[in-house]
Amino acid sequence: MRPVLLIDFGSTYTKVTAVDLETEELLGTSQSWTTIQTDIGEGLADAVAKLEEKTGPLQFEARYACSSAAGGLRMITSGLVPELTAEAAKQASLGAGAKIRGVYSFELTEDDIEDIDAEHPDIFLLTGGTDGGNKECILHNADMLATCKTDFPVVIAGNRSVARTCAKKLEGREVHIVENVMPKFGALNIKPAQDKIREIFLKRIVEAKGYTKAQSLIDNIAMPTPSAMMQAMQLLAEGCENPDGSKETGIGDLLAVDVGGATTDIYSVCDGMPRAGMDTIFKGLPEPYIKRTVEGDIGMRYSIHGIEEAVGTGYISQLSGIPEDRCREMIDYLGRNTEVVPTDAESEALDFALASGAIKTAVTRHAGRLEEFYTMNGIAYMQTGKDLREIRQIIVTGGSLIHTKRTGKIASAAFWDPQDPFSLKPKQADIWVDRSYILAAMGLLSGYYPGTALRIMKKELKKDGYQE
Amino acid sequence: MEKKTLVLGVIGADVHAVGVSILNRAFLDAGFDVVNLGVMVSQEEFISAAIETGADAIMVSSLYGQGELDCRGLREKCDEAGLKGILLYVGGNIVIGKHEFSEVEKRFKDMGFDRAFPPGTDPQTTIDCLKEDFHLN
Ligand code: B12
Repeated sequence: MRPVLLIDFGSTYTKVTAVDLETEELLGTSQSWTTIQTDIGEGLADAVAKLEEKTGPLQFEARYACSSAAGGLRMITSGLVPELTAEAAKQASLGAGAKIRGVYSFELTEDDIEDIDAEHPDIFLLTGGTDGGNKECILHNADMLATCKTDFPVVIAGNRSVARTCAKKLEGREVHIVENVMPKFGALNIKPAQDKIREIFLKRIVEAKGYTKAQSLIDNIAMPTPSAMMQAMQLLAEGCENPDGSKETGIGDLLAVDVGGATTDIYSVCDGMPRAGMDTIFKGLPEPYIKRTVEGDIGMRYSIHGIEEAVGTGYISQLSGIPEDRCREMIDYLGRNTEVVPTDAESEALDFALASGAIKTAVTRHAGRLEEFYTMNGIAYMQTGKDLREIRQIIVTGGSLIHTKRTGKIASAAFWDPQDPFSLKPKQADIWVDRSYILAAMGLLSGYYPGTALRIMKKELKKDGYQE
Repeated sequence: MEKKTLVLGVIGADVHAVGVSILNRAFLDAGFDVVNLGVMVSQEEFISAAIETGADAIMVSSLYGQGELDCRGLREKCDEAGLKGILLYVGGNIVIGKHEFSEVEKRFKDMGFDRAFPPGTDPQTTIDCLKEDFHLN
């Protein structure tokens, strides 16, 4: 046996997953509370003890960790035009696994600086202007940031002509200059900023109080949890090469939904551009091949009212078969008692409707749209965002969903809807459920043993979402 | 001397793509930086692109006959967005019916365009105008 331990320090729970590299089996999973206030190693030790109760003692040959504890990687970004550099900066941060606490466009004001100070981000991403383009905005914003009372590293990824000048204005702070997130108009270049963000995350956040003590217990804290999730999804979609040169196939383009208590994350792995030959023109920034969106107002408990607002009480009532008044009452209760899990048919029905509403809303926001144009020689289409209609695989994960019944039905809320035909959602798909909740762990493992991680995922993801 | 940046595109729901690709090439060869937005470009897209790239001029093309309607308010929006005094050119097929070009030109100038060009204008004519307006030689 060659056991490896994979650790996910979450904001509430520390989750551990053990796999055997030799048999490529999942040995077991377990969890305990995250103990960042005292010593994060305590919760970890407890989780491992619980795991070993099930598996027997394990001699781990390696221990890898990802983390979203202590609020995760909290970032604020600024750009110039909302749909251009500000959007590019947001994409870069989301793709680096950050929790975005603010996106600013145009010139920062004194009020904005107060808000930024109050938020005290882990990293600030400063962008604006294409290379050789607008300089005034990023220079102004660097001046404004220099007046912040709180200290945080600033990554400068804007107009290269003034990157140095911006850095000088921020003297005394930790500043990193990387390539522009939008070097040319319409070109998205987010990798350099992401690499730097990850580097700072590892160095600074991981060295923070509470983590250092765990250092001896783990070999490597590799990345923020959402990045691990993105790596798992990319591997699952694309497949990888085995050491003998043969190909371990993936399952193809996919969409993953992760419905949590506070937020709903959506991941898509696909090109999503208009297919050649169609008379569709693409507008806006090119979309990242691996795209992550986070809906901060959509979640099963803390953000339960956001779901209700987005889909309407009528939708929830109709899907759950519970009268609207009663729905409102139950939703208020769950919003206040976030630990409550469904125990009877009524609360199960409500969670079913809520989860459907969460997925419907979050996937609609993630997906691109078509707009129809009547021109004198017929209809033309304009596409913004990613076209997900050809995606045939949907992965369902997240504490709130993997234990639900009728997961397949819930996931079908992600489908293309004839009522809203211009929202480019998958037309049909197989639903895979992450019942053993191992995706982030497999993303971690993929950095070292991709073939093993992929085979375990293919084995453990269950197409059992259709059972009632 | 820093290169001047031109934002170029075909306005409105117009899909005539050939003219702008020729202009794109010609402007590049003449030493300009060109941001070619292609066809079906809204006023907002012209403006956003000009802000982000710090553009010196917006070159609007219109072929399908609705140019005047599509261009209305562009100058005011530029002013609003902080692009005060940015050079605005329009060209393509902006004459509809039997109007005199001078009449059409006046209407576009009244809308705030610095120059308007009749159908079949040689790209070099436009380049010469740009150089004049930018005080290049
Ligand atoms: C090819 C073509 C099409 C193709 C376009 C294919 C494509 N994706 O590009 C298709 C079939 C789609 C098409 C459709 C239509 N077309 Co058409 N089309 C033409 C045609 C035959 C050639 C256009 C062309 O490519 N010219 C070659 C390029 C190099 O020249 P250019 O576009 O004029 O550009 C040059 C100059 O004008 C100038 N220029 C252009 N823009 C600018 C901007 C600035 C700032 C400056 C300085 C200079 C400048 O520089 C360019 C390079 O030298 C013209 C007729 C013609 N011979 O011009 C009609 C023509 C433009 N179309 C016309 C019409 C009416 C239409 C339709 C509305 C209906 C129809 N009858 O089919 C639709 C509109 C669709 C839409 N939503 O846009 C009319 C426009 C009439 C008007 N403005 O009053 C024309 C003039 C035909 C006509 N005589 O009736 N069309």
